[in-house]
Amino acid sequence: MQLSALHLPLALLGAPLLPGVINRVKAFFAGRTGPSVLQPYLDLLKLLQKGAVYSRTTTWVFRAGPIVALASTTAALTLLPLGGLPALLAFPGDLVFFAYVLALGRFFTVAAALDTGSAFEGMGASREVWFAALSEPALLLGLAAMARQTGKLSLTSLYAALGPTVLLEPGGPALLLVAAALLIIFLAENSRIPFDDPNTHLELTMIHEVMVLDHGGPDFGLIQYAAALKMWVLGALASGLLLPVRTGRPWLDLLAGLCGLFAVALFTGVVESVMARLRLTRVSQLLAAAAAFSVLALMLVRSAPAVSEVPRVLSARISLRTAP
Amino acid sequence: MGSLLLAAGLLVLGGAAALAAGRNARWASFFGAGGALLGACVGIIPAVAVLAGRPVQPLRLAWGLPIGAFSLALDPLSAFFVVPILGLCALAAVYGTEYLKPYAPRRPLGACWFFFDLLAASMLIVVVARDSVLFLIAWEVMALASYFLVTFEDEKESVRQAGWTYLVATHLGTVFLLLFFMLLAREGGSTSLSAVPVLSARLASVAFALALIGFGTKAGFIPMHVWLPEAHPAAPSHVSAVMSGVMIKTGIYGLMRALTMLGAPPVWWGWCLVGVGAVSGILGVLFALAQHDLKRLLAYHSVENIGIIALGLGVGMLGRAHGLPLVAMLGFGGALLHVLNHALFKGLLFLGAGSVLHGAGTRDMEHLGGLLKRMPWTGTCFLIGAAAICGLPPLNGFVSEFLIYLAAFCAVVQGQAFGGAIVIAALALIGGLALACFTKAFGVVFLGEPRGEKAAQAHECGVAMRLSMAVLAAGCLFVGLFGPLVLSWSDGPVGQLAGLPPADFPDSWQTALMPLCSVSAGAAVLLGLLLLAAALRAWLQRGREIGRGLTWGCGYAAPSARMQYTASSFAQPITGLFSFFLRTRERAVDPEGYFPGPASYATETPDVFREGLYRPAFEGALKTALRLRWLQHGRIQLYVLYIALTLLVLLVWRLGCS
Repeated sequence: MQLSALHLPLALLGAPLLPGVINRVKAFFAGRTGPSVLQPYLDLLKLLQKGAVYSRTTTWVFRAGPIVALASTTAALTLLPLGGLPALLAFPGDLVFFAYVLALGRFFTVAAALDTGSAFEGMGASREVWFAALSEPALLLGLAAMARQTGKLSLTSLYAALGPTVLLEPGGPALLLVAAALLIIFLAENSRIPFDDPNTHLELTMIHEVMVLDHGGPDFGLIQYAAALKMWVLGALASGLLLPVRTGRPWLDLLAGLCGLFAVALFTGVVESVMARLRLTRVSQLLAAAAAFSVLALMLVRSAPAVSEVPRVLSARISLRTAP
Repeated sequence: MGSLLLAAGLLVLGGAAALAAGRNARWASFFGAGGALLGACVGIIPAVAVLAGRPVQPLRLAWGLPIGAFSLALDPLSAFFVVPILGLCALAAVYGTEYLKPYAPRRPLGACWFFFDLLAASMLIVVVARDSVLFLIAWEVMALASYFLVTFEDEKESVRQAGWTYLVATHLGTVFLLLFFMLLAREGGSTSLSAVPVLSARLASVAFALALIGFGTKAGFIPMHVWLPEAHPAAPSHVSAVMSGVMIKTGIYGLMRALTMLGAPPVWWGWCLVGVGAVSGILGVLFALAQHDLKRLLAYHSVENIGIIALGLGVGMLGRAHGLPLVAMLGFGGALLHVLNHALFKGLLFLGAGSVLHGAGTRDMEHLGGLLKRMPWTGTCFLIGAAAICGLPPLNGFVSEFLIYLAAFCAVVQGQAFGGAIVIAALALIGGLALACFTKAFGVVFLGEPRGEKAAQAHECGVAMRLSMAVLAAGCLFVGLFGPLVLSWSDGPVGQLAGLPPADFPDSWQTALMPLCSVSAGAAVLLGLLLLAAALRAWLQRGREIGRGLTWGCGYAAPSARMQYTASSFAQPITGLFSFFLRTRERAVDPEGYFPGPASYATETPDVFREGLYRPAFEGALKTALRLRWLQHGRIQLYVLYIALTLLVLLVWRLGCS
């Protein structure tokens, strides 16, 4: 219980490490020394100390963009279990709240981009909503598959129910498909290769980075920070499934969760080093593939888990906290 | 019950007084809007009382017709619909007093107000009538009153065309309703809607199909939706708000009422509604994405939201048919709450669109832009409505969608994975596409630089219009934060729909709402985090140098409004992906040669069902009718002969029968 309170500060402090690790891995593959793992912190610190310049075209919506992005990602974080570690807030159906609270951040990021009246930012915004429209069904269907396998309806109890032997249980291997879908969603939502290249130098080819071209100073710092948090959030979803260590010892679980997260960052770095960006028209197909994985998993997982679970839900003993 | 009748009377009286005032715009508005306000205040009291658990006696009055009866009753289901109907009508009336002013020199406003009040009164009677004859009469008055409202600007060819489409569609729907009620009356022995006839399984299914088509036409299920994108943009905006916010919900009411009367549903009814809901929802939002006309876009979103309601109803019926009461309660509860929510945010959005039309003189999104600076009130209210319709927390759209999601997830967990998965996939896709559509609508209309002269000179609307929008926006936030409170009043209708025994129902309903309390807590946390983040940003920027400049354009120093992304270009990746369904027509003149002349590009997305289904059908009907033209030649002697022959045939038939 005390440890679940630890997750939030840990994420808030540790999230910028993830892009640091990715950059380091990419540098390794390219044969460079690369920036320090702590470089994102230094970048943030520098940005937060600056002033700002606003376009005359913009309104308060532009200024609200970074605020909402940060607040919504943090709200998603409060619902997020790290491996076997329960979240601060858990209730049946919180996975829907989780997905939609992230969508709120996206809405305002896109609105802030459109507020500048720039063609580049409009283009990025258009692509962002396009990818999101396709990744949302994949995410929710993937979570539904996990819910069906475990018989649980909240993120915390759902991830807690995934034990180390989950792959050996009937229907368990199908969860690998969900993991694949979650990894694809992780890459798409965090604007990584093969969907988007965060390091490109041409505004025309960027998606997420181009949407925030006009933000500067503390605003841009908040955006970068929110992006790192989002990486933590979606990374924990994937790693909690891929590294299902549930020892019952909170410290060990926490450690395993963190290891999983950095493994996902490592994976991202490798993907970015060995792959090129997909052609834009191919992106829909990859996201559709993720949705197809989720649907397939939903059909393949063990149907109607331990029947004893059903009357428990039926008798509607739905407690505010289903966390163990 | 008396006060409901009084409310209807006040509405009709106000309308009649407005009609009498005729060309005097000020008095017509005074009587019209006054009647609507007064009627709404009087009528909403008994409805709230019923929802709070104090039943109202049914009413039966003398009736001059040989069939039917004048019988009214206000049960919780009716009361749940009366509240949004009267509430939105009152707000739209306040809005209309200002919105209609520019039209006053050109046309008498009396008739418009008369039909507006008549529409409100007839909707009220439709949801409380307990006799099929009375119901159908009120239904017809509702259709005709709204027809005259749609054709308000009848000097425009497009408006007359839209009115005609609406008139034909609504009457085609009524034919099915007539059959539906005749079937019920034949089996039940009376036209009363309170006495529930016991139908055989086959007849019940026939009745369900008739109700689905008949009420679905009014509600706007695909493919019966074709009148919606025509009629809603043509009507004055406050009328569009009422039509889209509550009038099409009378179709949903009718369907729900039919469900309570037809007994336990077989599984395929649930599948049917899930299918209709998924198709209406996804195609509705896709068509909306392809539109450039702001009000047409909103009209297609009504189709989408009706689809969401149908998904809720469908998953509720699947739950009921499979004996999963939790799924049934959550599904029906979500569908009901979405009825109220859609009235709130769609009313708000249509009023916002009307305010744009009022202030900027056009509703073509490609000529708008930058209105948030010129119309801060309208823009902010529209933003709230846009976020609410996308189902984003902490606003109301999320609460009802959450309930339907939860019903679907429960269905998945409890062994109905297939139905649940369809609902989840449809809702998620609809949610993602709606977000694309409303970032487009809000971003292109209110953000950036104005794309035309009219938009540059736009002005904010006055107090009456602002007030109506602000009340609706506050309603969106209220339901978003206090969803469980609102839903705890709706246990009555949910119990009726889910067919659960009333004795232990309220308890299980309260437990089913427990997750919703957590959603409210989550929404509060979100609001708190928003405030924290805003404070953090303000603290970081304190005392720093804040400059103003141009939007970054790769160093280009003279960006113009024409360089912005347009509504069409914003939606293009998605409409391109789904071009198979949309069949967008493109007309492009490419730049050619070394010194290219003018180039142009235009797209248009006509309704596939209108073009592919109804147009050929009606053309076929016309062709057949033309074949019979030889019967009509204008010679009076022959017409007399037709009459004589008909009489003779009837006489022979009568004699032969006896």
